[in-house]
Amino acid sequence: MTDIADRQKLSYIAAQAADARLNVELETEGMTLNIGPQHPATHGTLRIIVRLDGEQVIWAEPSAGYMHRGYEKLTEVRTFPQVTALVNRIDWLGSFANEVPFILAAEKLMEIEAPPRAQHIRTILFELSRIANVSLFLGDLGVQLGAVTPVFMAFRDREHVLNLIESVTGGRFHPNFDRIGGLKDDLPAGFITECKQVMKKLRNFCDEMEDLLFGNEIFQSRLRGIGVIPAEVAKQYGLSGANLRASGVDWDLRRDQSLPLAYDKVEWKVWTHPDGDSFARCWIRLQETREATKIVDQLLDTMPAGPVMAKVPRIIKVPEGEAWVSTENPLGEMGYYVVSKGDLGPFRVKIRSASFNNVSIVPWVLRGVYVPDVISILASLYFILGDIDR
Amino acid sequence: MVVPLSDDTLALPGDALREGVVSALREALGAQLLDSLIKPNDDVWVRVSAEAWQQAGRVLRDTVGCDYFCFLSGLDWLPSPFGKGEDDPTAPAPERSTEIVPKIEPGYAGGSTRFQVFARVTNLAKHFGVTIKADVPDDSFAVDSWVSVYAGANWHERECHEMFGIGFAGHPDLRNMYLPTDFEGHPLRKDFPLLARMVKPWPGIADVEPLPGGDDDGEGEA
Repeated sequence: MTDIADRQKLSYIAAQAADARLNVELETEGMTLNIGPQHPATHGTLRIIVRLDGEQVIWAEPSAGYMHRGYEKLTEVRTFPQVTALVNRIDWLGSFANEVPFILAAEKLMEIEAPPRAQHIRTILFELSRIANVSLFLGDLGVQLGAVTPVFMAFRDREHVLNLIESVTGGRFHPNFDRIGGLKDDLPAGFITECKQVMKKLRNFCDEMEDLLFGNEIFQSRLRGIGVIPAEVAKQYGLSGANLRASGVDWDLRRDQSLPLAYDKVEWKVWTHPDGDSFARCWIRLQETREATKIVDQLLDTMPAGPVMAKVPRIIKVPEGEAWVSTENPLGEMGYYVVSKGDLGPFRVKIRSASFNNVSIVPWVLRGVYVPDVISILASLYFILGDIDR
Repeated sequence: MVVPLSDDTLALPGDALREGVVSALREALGAQLLDSLIKPNDDVWVRVSAEAWQQAGRVLRDTVGCDYFCFLSGLDWLPSPFGKGEDDPTAPAPERSTEIVPKIEPGYAGGSTRFQVFARVTNLAKHFGVTIKADVPDDSFAVDSWVSVYAGANWHERECHEMFGIGFAGHPDLRNMYLPTDFEGHPLRKDFPLLARMVKPWPGIADVEPLPGGDDDGEGEA
């Protein structure tokens, strides 16, 4: 196995050597370019410092921390039910998905399980957040590559999904709907019919995107063979979600672990791609949006009856212990390591967010690429700032 | 010479597989493996000595086949000296004392020091993960870096360093990730006060007032 850390060090030395070489041969010096923290192409306040040799990146370093809110510390002075309001804000495009692993970890420590209907609705809302999140990615991807139309389509169709989430939870972006032992409320009347229509619209949206973007020659030439991440490297950096599957690693936490969610009751496919380039990452996300609509459709058909809340005490004390639960969130593996001392609040919560690992590979993957590819690679890695900084 | 676990050991399901992981680590590390805990049908925790931290990472990667790096972070087992107003909603908020109570209660797989580093790695082929802990010596506050084992540990160790003040020997660049360079203190240590709570204490009982007429909540509370 290659020692990547050494290669990282070597790349830094190479960057300095390149500087020296430039000085000697051309009497020019390398240029340092700041991308961000405020830049239209960086989805927020991620700053990337790149060192350029002409058009080529010789060294790149992301600088996170412009949005660090200290959630790990804040959880220590909250009670368990209060924590969901915090973790909602980690990945703000797929908020409901952030609540689920934390609630599951608390339920694991309390040794209770949500009723089947609650598990079904949880899974539906989880997949709806995935669709809302990833459809915006597909639109945004177009903007980053100079195509303006897809983003309007994405916002148009994401609106339907957000309306669905709002009709259930009352919140468009921050549902705060998941409770220890179940859900706050049942589905509203008419949700199932409405949801099926929206899923049909979203499948049309995916087809549109496939025609408009993925079949486009410019799009392909901007992404094919760019930013290749081999499977070995992806695993060492802990890449997850579509980024990992695009490198050919067949790993999906929805399928590969048993959690009290309804994924084992539906038929769906985990897509992988052998290439590991930017195109593969985007393509996997498109396919996953399609699969998510299929999952939601099947779950709507098999919705069990019954309560949506298990019997839990009014004042929730979580027994002493440690639990790790992670789920396959829109951005990748999102997990919580919860340490409880038997109090009302957690003793320590380690939040493992997907984007933190996904962005930590940036220095490795940007080395040697050309400036226009920097933007397309960052777009294809797909991160949410709140998910990096927490 | 690295001998991978035989396929037979890892072909076993569930807890037998977790026992196989622990015995593989014991074989490779000997007495450096201090403790282990297997929760049936759940998960496996192991604790190694600080000296064997990096070697344990290598064993996990090469022998046990956990080549997927999940996360690395720190734990501070000191009980918070500032109390938590919401611990018992029926009691008034406790007096806030700044006196440090040196009583350490470690979690799963034990521990003898205030700080621990812990990490999680996953075997993607066999679908299991291992949580590994190590005591951080109280005098040096440092362990060996995992960057040469799992490249992804780089940022996690930087984060752990600024939040807990734990050093990682051999890390290429332990700059602050989130905090300003001249920030003093380590925010995730238990004796680092959360300023917002010091300025305005938690209202306590006002938040969890019982519902009117609700006397059905007696049975669930043990």
